[in-house]
Amino acid sequence: MSNKIPPIEVHDLTVAYRKKPVLWDIDFDVPEGKLIAVVGPNGAGKSTLIKTIMGLIDPVSGKILVYGKPVDRERPRIAYVPQRESVDWDFPISVYELVLMGRYSHLKLFHRPGSNDRRIATEALEKVGMSAYANRQISQLSGGQQQRVFLARALAQQADIYLMDEPLAGVDAATEATIFELLRVLRDEGKTVLVVHHDLQTVSGNFDWVMLLNLRLVSFGPVEEVFTAENLQKAYGGRLNILTQVVELAREKSFVRESGHE
Amino acid sequence: MNELLNILQYMDDPNARYVLTGTFLLGLSAGVLGCFAILRRRALVGDAVAHAVLPGVCLAFIIVGDKDPFALLIGSMVFGWISMIVMDAIVRNTRLSTDAAIGMVLSVFFGLGVVLLTYIQSTGNVNQSGLDAFLFGNAASLMPGDVQVFGTLSVIILITVAVSYKEMKMVSFDPDFAKSIGYPVKRIEFLIATLMVMTITVGLQAVGVVLMASMLIIPAAAGRYWTESLGIMMIIAAGVGALSGVGGTVISGLAPAMPTGPWIVVTALFLFLISFMFAPKRGEVIRKVRNMRNRVRIQDENVLKTIYLLQEQDGLDGKVRSLRDILKRRRMNIRKTRSSLGRLITGGFIDLVPGKPGGYLLTEKGRARAMRLVRVHRLWELYLTSQVQIAGDHVHDDAESMEHLITPEIEEQLTSLLGRPDTDPHRRKIPYGETTTEGGLL
Repeated sequence: MSNKIPPIEVHDLTVAYRKKPVLWDIDFDVPEGKLIAVVGPNGAGKSTLIKTIMGLIDPVSGKILVYGKPVDRERPRIAYVPQRESVDWDFPISVYELVLMGRYSHLKLFHRPGSNDRRIATEALEKVGMSAYANRQISQLSGGQQQRVFLARALAQQADIYLMDEPLAGVDAATEATIFELLRVLRDEGKTVLVVHHDLQTVSGNFDWVMLLNLRLVSFGPVEEVFTAENLQKAYGGRLNILTQVVELAREKSFVRESGHE
Repeated sequence: MNELLNILQYMDDPNARYVLTGTFLLGLSAGVLGCFAILRRRALVGDAVAHAVLPGVCLAFIIVGDKDPFALLIGSMVFGWISMIVMDAIVRNTRLSTDAAIGMVLSVFFGLGVVLLTYIQSTGNVNQSGLDAFLFGNAASLMPGDVQVFGTLSVIILITVAVSYKEMKMVSFDPDFAKSIGYPVKRIEFLIATLMVMTITVGLQAVGVVLMASMLIIPAAAGRYWTESLGIMMIIAAGVGALSGVGGTVISGLAPAMPTGPWIVVTALFLFLISFMFAPKRGEVIRKVRNMRNRVRIQDENVLKTIYLLQEQDGLDGKVRSLRDILKRRRMNIRKTRSSLGRLITGGFIDLVPGKPGGYLLTEKGRARAMRLVRVHRLWELYLTSQVQIAGDHVHDDAESMEHLITPEIEEQLTSLLGRPDTDPHRRKIPYGETTTEGGLL
């Protein structure tokens, strides 16, 4: 490996929710310019991982670096796409206003977006094919359109790293193709893209690297090397089930290390 | 007539004008802050905080021995904050849910406030007159000094919201994303909470703690009906709030010893009901009218389609169909069918052919419309069976409603996706009209 600073470094990360560990002793470096899928069964800690990288959840222990620095010092370079269900889609704002929020990452507090920000937001809407909906209220969007608008907001951030939480959940086939195309374009521009993904069928051929996660980091590497039946067995069944059982047991007996914040 | 004169006399009184200015500004700021409260689903928290400031106000009075507006302000701010911290701590550290925490804080703090209020009344302090107005509000008890302090406070609240509108909007809509771009979400939430406590303090004497929450909730809820833009919603909510503040004050001022709070709330409710009924798009009346129009259109289209299907069945395009024929083919309410036929004649979709046997005949226009309905119906059935894998005997009912809904754009997509099929799953021909090469249609 070259000695370039990796976009994201995660060291010895443990995260717990109400004393139950969700991620346990995770350690990895994300390579630059790759399109990466994060897969694993429900409750494997996929969303928790990217939320922790973004600083939305405080870990019990461990260190996370973005371009070698704490995330708070590199925020304009890292964009986050939350799960679609995390917001109230009946909130009274328009599609355009939502996308413009992506520009807030470059604006100082109490400063208004300027004409350059407006142009970038308009372009981002164009890229996801939602220009026609700019003035619609967001409650009128379908699930796939909501995902595309969320993506446009991230594009408007013009970041170097993109962390996306299930951007392909609940979208139709056409939208899925559009989103995959967008992800590839981002990757080809040299951006690092980490996508929490639920559909194992579409990993090969669409992603460069894959991270198999189930409480522990099962495997992380190029798809052709790591995305094997053996590793999938490890992530989705088999031995790790025992680990899960032990964790459950530990939780019942309040045996697990205390979290500092929960 | 007499009432109007009373109102005019009331408005002429300089003290009354002071009070009106106060309730006007209160309405503005409560309306604006209420928008954040209801959009962030914190309406009940507002209610709990409003009740919880009562002990703070009473303690301030006990300590200062006077109704000094600054002391009251500090007392209510402190207890407002304490109540929010306690609610937060209960939710975080116990298994109780949010609503239980809100209920507990509301009743316990309010109970404590009533105890303190009773104590003050028992001491016989001469300055206590008007303190009981904190329960239900009495605008007449507002002194010019109070109005000056609370009016200034309202202006500060409004300016703060105007300056940090972008930040508050972001945090209210998507706090996770706001945090991800480095917003001080906790501090902005704290600012919104502080402004809410300030608003409640402003409303203490005019509206009272018991009803203050409705000043936050009702104008904002009314505003939501009129618009899909947060900025406009806030302006409307502010307007509704100000109007109710002034209206309630005037009404309660007409009779002696009438509490102001209830009248402000009643006025606000009146404005809410107008919004609820008559707002364009979201209003109930408009929605009812729209639903009714849709039902009528579906009924008309069904009648039209039935005549077409009769023609398709026996191939006799020129044969007139009687009402009985139509109802035999499709069971429909006779009265509704008659009125549909009337509308279809007026619209030029069918002709009424007199004579014996008289009846109805599709016009060219009616035929095209009916054919489209049948076409969309069959395309949709085919789509459901071939692309969505739904059994053929389950698709008819769905297609029956979808045929009235599918737009020409969707129809085009369906046609190209299915490769312009000739027959539906039940092997009935899909009619394409003049564009087909078969004879007999044109």
